Amino acid sequence: MNFLHVAIMIPFLFAVMVPIFRKVLPRIHTGWLVLPAPAVLFAYLISLIPAEEAVSASLPWMPSLGVNFDVYADGLGLLFALLITAIGTLVILYSTFYLDRDKEKLGHFYVYLMLFMGAMLGLVLSDNLMVLYGFWELTSISSFLLIAFWQEREKSRYGAMKSMVITVFGGLAMFAGFLMLYAMTDTFSIRELIELAPTIMNEEMFLPAMLLVLLGAFTKSAQFPFHIWLPDAMEAPTPVSAYLHSATMVKAGIYLVARMSPVFSIGELWMWLVTGFGLFTLIYASFRAMKQIDLKAMLAFSTISQLGLIMSLLGLGSAASFYAGTDQAAFYSKATMAAIFHLVNHAIFKGALFMAAGIVDHETGTRDIRKLGGLMSVMPITFTVTMIGTFSMAGLPPFNGFLSKEMFFTSVLNIRDSDLLGEAVWGALIPLVAWVASVFTFVYSMLFVFRTFAGKRQPEKLKKQPHEAPLGMLLPPVALASLAIVFGLFPNLLSYTLIEPAMAAVHPSLLTPGQQFMVSIHLWHGFTPELFMTMGVAAVGILLFRLHGKTAALNAPLFERVSLNRSYDSGLKGLDRLSGALTKLYMTGSLRQYLIYIFVFLIAALGATLYGEGALLIDTTGYAEMSFYEAVIIFALILSTIAVPFATSRLMAIILTGVAGYMVSLFFVIFRAPDLALTQMIVETVSVALFLLCFYHLPKLKKEVVKLPLKLWNLLIAVGVGAVMTVVALSASGSPSFESISHYFLENSYTLAGGKNVVNVILVDFRGFDTMLEIVVLGIASLGIYALIRIKLKGDDEEAKLPARSAELFHDVYAPRSNDVILRTVSKLAIPIIMCFSLYLFYMGHHHPGGGFIGALMASSALLLMAMAFGMDQVRRIVPVDFRKLTALGILVALLTGIGSFLFGEPFLSHAFDYFDIPLIGELELATATLFDLGVYLTVIGVTMTILLTIGRDQ
Amino acid sequence: MELYMSLAIGVLFTVGVYLILSKSLLRIILGTSFLTHGVHLLLLTMSRLKTGAAPLLGEKADAYVDPLPQALILTSIVISFGVTSFFFVLAYKAYQKLGTDDMEQLKGEDAHE
Repeated sequence: MNFLHVAIMIPFLFAVMVPIFRKVLPRIHTGWLVLPAPAVLFAYLISLIPAEEAVSASLPWMPSLGVNFDVYADGLGLLFALLITAIGTLVILYSTFYLDRDKEKLGHFYVYLMLFMGAMLGLVLSDNLMVLYGFWELTSISSFLLIAFWQEREKSRYGAMKSMVITVFGGLAMFAGFLMLYAMTDTFSIRELIELAPTIMNEEMFLPAMLLVLLGAFTKSAQFPFHIWLPDAMEAPTPVSAYLHSATMVKAGIYLVARMSPVFSIGELWMWLVTGFGLFTLIYASFRAMKQIDLKAMLAFSTISQLGLIMSLLGLGSAASFYAGTDQAAFYSKATMAAIFHLVNHAIFKGALFMAAGIVDHETGTRDIRKLGGLMSVMPITFTVTMIGTFSMAGLPPFNGFLSKEMFFTSVLNIRDSDLLGEAVWGALIPLVAWVASVFTFVYSMLFVFRTFAGKRQPEKLKKQPHEAPLGMLLPPVALASLAIVFGLFPNLLSYTLIEPAMAAVHPSLLTPGQQFMVSIHLWHGFTPELFMTMGVAAVGILLFRLHGKTAALNAPLFERVSLNRSYDSGLKGLDRLSGALTKLYMTGSLRQYLIYIFVFLIAALGATLYGEGALLIDTTGYAEMSFYEAVIIFALILSTIAVPFATSRLMAIILTGVAGYMVSLFFVIFRAPDLALTQMIVETVSVALFLLCFYHLPKLKKEVVKLPLKLWNLLIAVGVGAVMTVVALSASGSPSFESISHYFLENSYTLAGGKNVVNVILVDFRGFDTMLEIVVLGIASLGIYALIRIKLKGDDEEAKLPARSAELFHDVYAPRSNDVILRTVSKLAIPIIMCFSLYLFYMGHHHPGGGFIGALMASSALLLMAMAFGMDQVRRIVPVDFRKLTALGILVALLTGIGSFLFGEPFLSHAFDYFDIPLIGELELATATLFDLGVYLTVIGVTMTILLTIGRDQ
Repeated sequence: MELYMSLAIGVLFTVGVYLILSKSLLRIILGTSFLTHGVHLLLLTMSRLKTGAAPLLGEKADAYVDPLPQALILTSIVISFGVTSFFFVLAYKAYQKLGTDDMEQLKGEDAHE
């Protein structure tokens, strides 16, 4: 663990603190309070730049699975991390002005935003693919939450859902790809993967793994045909669009392609796919952008097309790996350089443009370019920013976009020399596509700026009187626009610091140790073909811009009938309907049917397995003898059990069940299980009492009116389950198929745990953790009962139909009657004796039958007797204990006993014991296990009495 | 003995399942009790019966019966007591609020339609 881990955690920490900020400092805009997070992180990350070695650190998480929280900040990771924090700082600053302090749910907004920032930082700084995947999905989730920020709007919810469905689909595909890589290389570490890459390229899973990883990258980076979520994501508040959906999150796909390029670019297909999808997305989306009328929709399509551009550059750059070791490698790797440079440039100018669009929206109330126009004079600063942004996007000098656009042209021209392209046609096509797309880009850039700011003003169409935005809101876009000029004039500010190390991360095979890429970018490099291409773009672009309003081909929607969006919608709807219909087939809402599924499956699965294993041949040798008494007990058990379904009254059914329970406890006696016999006996007694308490209210046990076939079915299934379980019992008791672990407990119970009652020792010592959770379950059950009894539903008042019976019941069960004199007299004597016995059972439990459970149940039965004889109120008067608190106290005692072992450096619930000689009493054992058992004792009393008293109190 | 115990276990399971498949809530709860009994006896029978003295080392016997199933069953008895109590109260409360203990009526209407 080092500061890099902390850096990733800082945004999460702020996310947790946002609600506190909102509570403590409601008058300060939360944006100001979270602003330090990205700003400080940015400063820290800048300080990492000059490092020769990439900072890395490891934090074991699940080492046995190869999953560790390993982080490292190499050139590529650092570049992205800087982008995330820099744009993050500006966006948060911007958002403090964009979002109203009193009207918007700022708490939610900044929690989501910080969550995203942390996830994104984790994504780009992780070395472990599993950790990367986790952060990847977290970015999808935070993006979903941010798009749906105005969740009262239908379109926001739709857009959020769409982005979630598509990106999580891709994420899962990528996850499968990562697992395949793990299967081939046995590592999740990206750095180790890169070293192992040459050994896996001929594996069968190499190609599927590559396609799946690409699917993840393409969905995230909105490449055709998965781009459809991005325009709908524009429903998010503009700061979010600027941050997630143009500068950072959508570039996660780019990051993944760049990161995995050293692994996959060994195969030629990688280059073709990445370049192909990138170029097609570039030209398609730039054409679509031209036809948009909404400023943000235009920017959305523009972002898609620019992502395609960067993607295609990465593809072209990966060609360099085929020429590793030759001079040509540097020639082709220029495309990678262009990709990285344009990545930065795009984040800068697109960020500025989104913020400008937000300002226009904020100040005029619309983003429709048909209603805008002539804003130049009222919003001069916004206009300037927009102009710089759009000119940079269009690739005009002297802005940064011009340089990367030129480099893009260089790259597409260079690729013609490569012998990777079989046909000359391809060599001509790639530059042509690039050039045409650049023309479209030029046109929509001009539309964006001039339709908004030039031309005639149309104040009658606007809801507000537009004026310039406040200074704080202007500051971030102005900063970005200035950077667009600075990096245009002095591009080499970036080359040594960021681009060279990032290239080294993408092309590790091209460098020998100690070597580094030499990047030098110049604004003017003579009259090259690229410059002429740019001039052509400008000339044709201006022409098309002039024609735009008049030519339908340029401004009408592309397709009326068919569209990807429509097929997405209908596909989703169809899927919904299909799964609904399928589910309805078997989810009928009838409990009986669900149980039948379960039981039939049980019969089929168990029966088939037993048959297959030959378990039906049963070896009866070595069976125990059966005495006459045992035969009688078995007979009584079977008889009372079979009689239950025929019982006509409630009381009969309950008593028959009780009889079966007592028979079972007799079996426990015969089979040498004294603890069980005691427990079962008391539980049965308490249960029957409870049954009678509850079911006094229930209706008469009606004879079930069930159709005969249905009844026969039930019988058939029941007999089937019974038969299967009989065979299971016989085959299990026949020949043990594995060594029993029981002798361990018999041998070590006294030596290791100092107890002679092995059953009790297992419960409180060897398996103490199980017991602890068990009492927690009991505690939950008692609270559940308490809550159920106390629950007040709507319309309860009118439903109080049962008071008459309740009063009668109260009189019957709780209020003592005259002929209870004998019971009361005996009880006075019996209760103290039972209580003493309970304490005895509890304390002797370690060596003799007894223990916390049994002792506690015994004590509860004494209290129950008291309740029966003297009424519930008396119990409360005599034992003024809040039994719910007693339950909690018991669990606390057990827990603290467990935690106590930490003080001695031992694991949770380690027990200690020793023997002491005490005068008069003799040798006495003191064990921490007894303390733990005390916790069990208190909890069980608490639970039982809570249940009994709660039900009693309800009368 | 094991043979007859297995038959008894079979009967307990049969009746338990039959009761669970019926419509009345009371029968269903009683059914779960029988299933519990069946499982307890099954666990006990699995480890062979009457192979030694009770697992109390103070007995100083040559052989003891298997303590492990007993520990499991003890846990199970107490847990099933808690769960059964919860069932009771649930049934009682459901009847008090809804006026029926028939599962077919309690099922209600499908919310999607």
